Amino acid sequence: MISAEIQTAAYLFASILFILSLSGLSNQESAKRGVIYGIIGMIIAVVATLLGNIQGYGFIIIAMLIASVIGILVARKVQMTAMPQLIAMLHSFVGLAAVLVGYGSYIDPKTLDLLGAERTIHYVEIYLGVFIGAITFTGSLIAWGKLTGKVTPKPVVYKGKDIINILLLVVSVVLGVFFIQATGIEGMPHLAIMTTIAAFFGIMLVMAIGGADMPVVISMLNSLSGWAAAASGFTLGNDLLIVTGALVGSSGAILSIIMCKAMNRSFFTVISGGFGLEVKTGAKINGKVTSITHDEAAEWLKEAQSIVIVPGYGMAVAKAQYPIHDLVEKLRKEGKTVKFGIHPVAGRLPGHMNVLLAEANVPYDIVLEMDEINPELPETDVVLVIGANDTVNPGAQEDPSSPIYGMPVIEVWKAKRVIVMKRSMAVGYAGVENPLFYKENTAMLYGDAKESVEKLNFLL
Amino acid sequence: MKIIIPKEIDPNEDRVAISPKNISKLKKLGYEVYIQSNAGLKAKYTDEHYLNAGTIIIKSAEELYSIADIVFKVQPPNDQEINLMKSGTLVLSYLYPALNQQLLEKLAEKGINAVAMDAIPRISRAQKMDVLSSMSNIAGYRAVIDATYHFGRFLNGQITAAGKVDPAKVLVIGTGVAGLAAIGTAKSLGAIVRAFDTRKETAEQIQSMGAQFITVDIEEDGSTETGYSKEMSEAFIKAELDLFKKQAQEVDIIITTAQIPGKEASKLLFEDHVNAMKRGSVIVDLAAPTGGNCVLTKKDEIITTDNGVTILGKVNMMPTQASYLYGNNLINFIEELGTADNFNINMDDDVIKRAMVVYNGKVNWPPEPLPVSAKKPIISKSIEQESLSKAKKVRKQLITNAISLIVVGICLFFLGKVAPPDFMRHITVFVLAIFVGWNVIWNVTHALHTPLMSVTNAISGIIIIGGLLQMQANITDTKSILAFISILIACINIVGGFLVTYRMLKMFKK
Repeated sequence: MISAEIQTAAYLFASILFILSLSGLSNQESAKRGVIYGIIGMIIAVVATLLGNIQGYGFIIIAMLIASVIGILVARKVQMTAMPQLIAMLHSFVGLAAVLVGYGSYIDPKTLDLLGAERTIHYVEIYLGVFIGAITFTGSLIAWGKLTGKVTPKPVVYKGKDIINILLLVVSVVLGVFFIQATGIEGMPHLAIMTTIAAFFGIMLVMAIGGADMPVVISMLNSLSGWAAAASGFTLGNDLLIVTGALVGSSGAILSIIMCKAMNRSFFTVISGGFGLEVKTGAKINGKVTSITHDEAAEWLKEAQSIVIVPGYGMAVAKAQYPIHDLVEKLRKEGKTVKFGIHPVAGRLPGHMNVLLAEANVPYDIVLEMDEINPELPETDVVLVIGANDTVNPGAQEDPSSPIYGMPVIEVWKAKRVIVMKRSMAVGYAGVENPLFYKENTAMLYGDAKESVEKLNFLL
Repeated sequence: MKIIIPKEIDPNEDRVAISPKNISKLKKLGYEVYIQSNAGLKAKYTDEHYLNAGTIIIKSAEELYSIADIVFKVQPPNDQEINLMKSGTLVLSYLYPALNQQLLEKLAEKGINAVAMDAIPRISRAQKMDVLSSMSNIAGYRAVIDATYHFGRFLNGQITAAGKVDPAKVLVIGTGVAGLAAIGTAKSLGAIVRAFDTRKETAEQIQSMGAQFITVDIEEDGSTETGYSKEMSEAFIKAELDLFKKQAQEVDIIITTAQIPGKEASKLLFEDHVNAMKRGSVIVDLAAPTGGNCVLTKKDEIITTDNGVTILGKVNMMPTQASYLYGNNLINFIEELGTADNFNINMDDDVIKRAMVVYNGKVNWPPEPLPVSAKKPIISKSIEQESLSKAKKVRKQLITNAISLIVVGICLFFLGKVAPPDFMRHITVFVLAIFVGWNVIWNVTHALHTPLMSVTNAISGIIIIGGLLQMQANITDTKSILAFISILIACINIVGGFLVTYRMLKMFKK
């Protein structure tokens, strides 16, 4: 047993370590150290808690052992292309844990001893914690389902959605009032109904969102899981949980903001969903699409001095990152400059492309952000667009009738030549025609991204 | 279909209408290619080269013209050549249609169809056939090379053991294709480059080539829908000449490229400009063929003035290079007309109908204009209005900030009134932590957003503490079961999250 003061000191130390862990991620060199800080912080926090006034050690150890085995297996097995799914799954765990902690706290006999304002605030904390936790739980499950293809990636909305949502919200608030007034644990039915409503909310929230908006959803769920943890912290009166929850919550919120900015859309329009249902599809494009063979594409690459590769979700789907790495190595060996241009919302997760390229050993200093690569494009000989569509759509700058007008894009068309690798002429996730394909300096290279890149490797 | 390439008659013309490298593409389209013997000699292509490329060599011009369906030429055909052509022959060459009305009529009379390669409309689709672009590109490059030769000093600045050399200053006037090519070349040789153009839209292009855009203080844009500039107002021209005068005292090389097709080049440099220049300076006047931008320029001659300024009225057009590019332009045009088996002159096509200046016995000049420059919306807001609205915005922001701070203050006051002390302590920690998180996370690099998510995921597994605190000694207790599950899943989060983050970060290598 250690004293409460020492425990608090340990929690403070853990909080510092968590903050250092996050600030470590400001660059690649310090990032690994950051993770170590995080792990140490977590160990200190758990050990300090276990040394406190705790019962049922045996069960705790059993639970932790089982969890560790599962965690290690998952972390080892998961493919980098499946990262979004894993993260969505883990978010749902935090949400579920928050719900369970809320219920646990409600049935705790100590809760009954509380009086007056203290009691009211405690009940509000429980109620809010369960509410956020339940949304996070089901929302993340649906996100996981969408990312694995078990749930349709298309946005699903029904008529009168907004009105029903508002009604349910009002019902939840009313239930909350009854819940607080109930004596003992008589508020249980209210809590349970509200949990169901929140769970339904979570489902519908994510169902309404299309595949291209996934980075925003994941970031939002990340943020929610943080707020859920913070709410549990309030319920339990534990500062460490509050600090950590606040850190995670603001981190997810910032990511959501970054993702929304990158798509030129407000957070609210993304969350209210139904982007793909808009009738606005932008101006019809008249013009000719030129296609080239792999031989010609290889020829272009041989002639080029500077090459920029712009990958998108298509690269992740085709798992083309390894052959792309070989291609880059080959081109670099011949003294050509090769760089990558990454759009902030490329992929299904913030930073998804960077992780995939890192997995394939592409050095990170040639992987540039949109704002860094755009000024270089006019001097680039060949741009290779691999599985990206909306993020390289010139309509975002040129066509005010386009639904993605105003979204920042990678200006590939400013380069001397553009090769677009694509399976077919289908539109991207935003459902918008892409005038890039009709540009004079653009040529289409049809086929599976991985096979195409492998063929190019062979020809070079 | 037979394409013939006669030898150029003009003694000043070193180019030939096609190079051996071009021929394979023409054959792929199904055309037979005949060339007059020694046609490419001045461009350093021998008959053997052409023979190897699959061309048939014919000695006499008469025989050559008699079999021709299509004639590729550089200079406009003269009377003698026109007489050799059959009716129905298609000629592709420079024609200067605005200046050569007589020639066009003669061709029409003879029933010859003629494409003026110098009248290709300057739209992006037609760029691959635009000889003005391809030839201007060469002229611009060569203008710098020839200027450097006559300048007799380094263009780049150097600090050597033998002394310090200042970089040369180059002024480019008129930044069409030739001007931009000159900027690029001068820049890559290390000179300090400035450029002037009446069209404001060129500023961006000039800066993108690494030169400094210089301009006068008068608001007037010379852009027109044809892509060429219009003639400017008197006040503008005066300001422009003053600007050149000032520049002339400073710069070492001036390259002028201001031309409007069909018109005499406007005079931009007068005696006093030349006199203001330093001894040894060079002027390259690429507008010499249409009269020159400098009053002292003599076409096709290189002169040196009394104050030691060299004025080039011609540049070497690099015939070997030029013939290849010119040939490609011609072939790209032919490709628009179809293959040998499927040849069709489509007079509805925007490009073909404008370039085909003589067709079916009729002169087809001047053509209807075709807009090329991307039109930009005109922003009419004056600077005053802008600063006014800016000030308003700032004030509005101040007011909203003040109001929201007051609201927050009042809310906190009432919260403090009712909430228990414990809660106040927690909320303090909570709010401060949000601010810390906010500032820390903005520094995270974009590339690490995925690891950021998985690490925040792992640390949000801290909720395990909630489970630990709620665990009871008796596992059958509801509370214990709930706690057991939350410990289990939170712990998966912690272990899985940290490990997968570490695995990801290990992959990032320089």
